[in-house]
Amino acid sequence: MSHSMKTLAVAGSLAAALSAHFVTPAAAQDDKEKCFGVALAGQNDCAAGPGTTCAGTSKVDYQGNAWKLVPAGTCATMELPDGRMGALEALDRDLPQG
Amino acid sequence: MSQTEFRAALLDPERPVPAGLTDPQGRPAGRRFDVYRNNVTVSLTEALRQAFPVIRKLVGEEFFTAMAREHVRAHPPTSPMMMHYGRNMPVFLENFPPVQHLGYLPDIARLELALRESYHATDAAPVPAEALQALSADVLTASRLMLAPSIRLIRSRWPIHAIWSANMRGTDAPKAAVAEDVLIARPDYDPEPHCLPDGAAPFIAALIGGETVADALEAGPEFDLIAMLGLLLATRAIVEITPGDKT
Repeated sequence: MSHSMKTLAVAGSLAAALSAHFVTPAAAQDDKEKCFGVALAGQNDCAAGPGTTCAGTSKVDYQGNAWKLVPAGTCATMELPDGRMGALEALDRDLPQG
Repeated sequence: MSQTEFRAALLDPERPVPAGLTDPQGRPAGRRFDVYRNNVTVSLTEALRQAFPVIRKLVGEEFFTAMAREHVRAHPPTSPMMMHYGRNMPVFLENFPPVQHLGYLPDIARLELALRESYHATDAAPVPAEALQALSADVLTASRLMLAPSIRLIRSRWPIHAIWSANMRGTDAPKAAVAEDVLIARPDYDPEPHCLPDGAAPFIAALIGGETVADALEAGPEFDLIAMLGLLLATRAIVEITPGDKT
């Protein structure tokens, strides 16, 4: 892209982004509000991370009892969305890292 | 008994209680050491549970607890500040045999770490949108945009934003393993991950690296610049505009 074309692209994009930003502040605020509310209810405590709240010290480390060597949980459904290992060919469209 | 000996026994329950530990009556304090050893492992495991809620949901509570114990013993804290504990988790997950088939886990851990870094990053006042409006496109193109200290960019081969969102916001789980790049921004108090427009990550990386807007646009493929600028405005990510040299 030449310099003048780049400037044109930036000018157009910035104008569009700014007008969207100024025209719909109320709607944007509403969206944010909702997300924010969910975040506050669900995981406000852990946003700051460990060490910022008092962890109990009276628990027992149930050595070995829980070790099943097979992860359970939602990853089971995520890993095989259509019965194969996560559509590896779709990953080829990935941009070069770095 | 040396500190090294004490520390080694602390993280390995197979090791005997270090010699020379006694209670106030001078008797061997083996059980006291066991209680202490238990508390160290449990509290560090708890720290990891708080640090990686999505990893925890992905692998399940039981598995996570068992895995966290392995992690705690392989990577004990190197700093007394627990809020950043777990920096080795992505590398640990890359090498932990039982999760090798879950290729996205390390990147999810990177995302969760970056969210915490963002939370604890320095505050910075954003450039008002009006100030951007006042700039000519020529000046802006030649300028460098400094992004807020709380901004983080995570690039991934996996749909990490969709996976994160499904687990933290209850949205639909991703159907396909498409690549997603994530921009973490903290316009107010809590960091929030946003999915970047396809191809925009090199632009953001170049801006973070101090390139001019013009050079950053050359850094990667074409992308939706309107959406990208819109996201930077909405998340109040731009904190300084440094005009470049006139050419």
